[in-house]
Amino acid sequence: MSDPEAKFGRDPHVLLRVIAKFLIPLIALFAFYVQFHGDYGPGGGFQAGVILAASVILYALIFGLTEAKKAFPPRLIRYGMTLGVVLYGGTGVVNFILGGEFLNYSNLASDPAAGQHYGILAVELGVLITVTTVMIAIFYAFGSRQPETSNEDW
Amino acid sequence: MSFLDLVPDWLLIHGPAFLMALPLIMAAITAILPNKRVAWTSTFIVTAILTLTAFSIALYNVEVGTTLYKMGGWAPPHGISLVIDALNAPVIVLIAVMSLLTVVYALPATVAEIRPNKRAPFYAAFLLCTAGLLGMVVTGDAFNVFVFLEVSSISTYVLVAMGAARDRRALSAAYNYLILGSIGATFFVIGVGFLYMETGTLNMADMARILADLDGGSRVAKVAFGFIIIGLGLKLAMFPLHTWLPGAYAYAPTPVTTFLASTATKAALYLLLRFTFFVFDPSYAYVADILMFILVGLGVIGMVFASLQAIFQTDVRRMLAFSSVAQVGYMLLGIGIATTASVAAGYLHLINHAIIKGGLFLALGAMWYRFGITRMEDFRGLGQTMPLTMGAFTVSGLSLIGVPFTAGFISKLNLTVAAADAGWLWAVGVIMVSSILALIYIGRVLLLAYFQSPPKVNGVEVARNEAPIAMLIPMWFLALSSIFIGIKSDAVVGAATRAAEFLLGAG
Repeated sequence: MSDPEAKFGRDPHVLLRVIAKFLIPLIALFAFYVQFHGDYGPGGGFQAGVILAASVILYALIFGLTEAKKAFPPRLIRYGMTLGVVLYGGTGVVNFILGGEFLNYSNLASDPAAGQHYGILAVELGVLITVTTVMIAIFYAFGSRQPETSNEDW
Repeated sequence: MSFLDLVPDWLLIHGPAFLMALPLIMAAITAILPNKRVAWTSTFIVTAILTLTAFSIALYNVEVGTTLYKMGGWAPPHGISLVIDALNAPVIVLIAVMSLLTVVYALPATVAEIRPNKRAPFYAAFLLCTAGLLGMVVTGDAFNVFVFLEVSSISTYVLVAMGAARDRRALSAAYNYLILGSIGATFFVIGVGFLYMETGTLNMADMARILADLDGGSRVAKVAFGFIIIGLGLKLAMFPLHTWLPGAYAYAPTPVTTFLASTATKAALYLLLRFTFFVFDPSYAYVADILMFILVGLGVIGMVFASLQAIFQTDVRRMLAFSSVAQVGYMLLGIGIATTASVAAGYLHLINHAIIKGGLFLALGAMWYRFGITRMEDFRGLGQTMPLTMGAFTVSGLSLIGVPFTAGFISKLNLTVAAADAGWLWAVGVIMVSSILALIYIGRVLLLAYFQSPPKVNGVEVARNEAPIAMLIPMWFLALSSIFIGIKSDAVVGAATRAAEFLLGAG
């Protein structure tokens, strides 16, 4: 990307960038609200993961794919996909080891209700990580296919 | 049961969940493993453990009968249950064994066919496919079936597309398969949705009970049945819905073709059995009509028409692919006659055909590995240049035709007897015609391989160049099991009869 400031004398996307910088943390925060609200009401790892990925995708749209890839390297994304699945499946394996059925969280704590709570937290965290990274990976895969929109084409 | 004493109790109780959790988790881990031997080794260990687990579960099932595993401790019908019964235990063993053989074979095959940086993802997708297939066979929940169907299908599209390193046509074949496979899955899930609307449950045993109470249910259940049959028909390559199959089989990497041919369509056939005889019941008029006119009709047309198409193929992989469509016709015929004996024969052919076609595709892959050949005329003199590989191909090929003392003979014999007993004498004729057609297309290859001399390259005859041992072992294992079943068929016929009696009751 050519340096826009050299061409136009100032950043032509200053409005977009300032507002996006303001919005992105809020979107991420909302994602975590949806994530933890999922225990008691509508929400959960899948929706939260999509919202969290949307904040990264917005960052990539405003600041460019290269910048986004610097902040969230594709390598990490690849490991994230695995980490989420392993966290989900690993919870089930822990249940196995503790002598229960696969994904029967009741044995995670002495109190079955508390065990269910811990279990769903761990599983939803796994879902969040995998969904976020997969969404970003899909975006990267499509975004990398063609050159980015140049500043002149805006 | 001395073998069962060696297996820990834990595995017998938690085996059903372990069967799908292990490959699922290991697939995710394999995806980030380094690309060299590590990915292969871990996949090999996983499939070996799966095979042992599957065997012990199947033996345990023979001993104690149907077992139910409550996923996450939630009791059915609200929770997801995993059910092991006489119907799915043999299919589980089949999938696990085929995955192990495919992995052994894939060690040399992937070196030739998959780009180095794609090998770990290849094994990851393979494990994911195995997890999906095992999952859809063990689960007792209709929606869960759809989820695992998609897990296995989506990883299969990836696996087929990986053949692009060898032949770019793999991409269009994979895309074709993607579109048709997705339509199939969509039809299936629409059907499950209608069933849920009719019965208010997703647990298959519960659905069966409620449908029986409703005496087959209203028009919603009929529509559901239609959608499910078409959806599964696409997945199992029922005759006019088979167009994705030849391309996918011909251009996928050879280990993938083998695995697909011997497990993916078989798992879909298992689901067809599960839905027609377990969830629905042939005593409902609409189920009986579909069995009689759609499954038998299309099966018989497929047997003859796809065999004819196979005869006119110049590419041996496509020939075997069309032959698979024809063989599915035998199984559909067995299912459609809907007597205990015929369903047992269809089920028997499901297992036997997986063994036969697996062996054929493995041999074909080895020939490609050594000489890069798939076209019919390149098979000249292979009996001299690759005697062991061609030997395995011959044994499996004869079994496909139905020569006595092979697995194919046993299943065709049982099917013929069952059809004759049910008074379907014309079906016996069609089985004979289709077998003769199989003799023609397999015979063409055998004639070229044994009665022609090897081609000359620069004036010198091509020298003997046998396949590597890692390819010969799985190939001959399948060829010899085909003969073994032909001579001593008690175990497999017994398993098939138990499955049919489970579905239809004895006699």
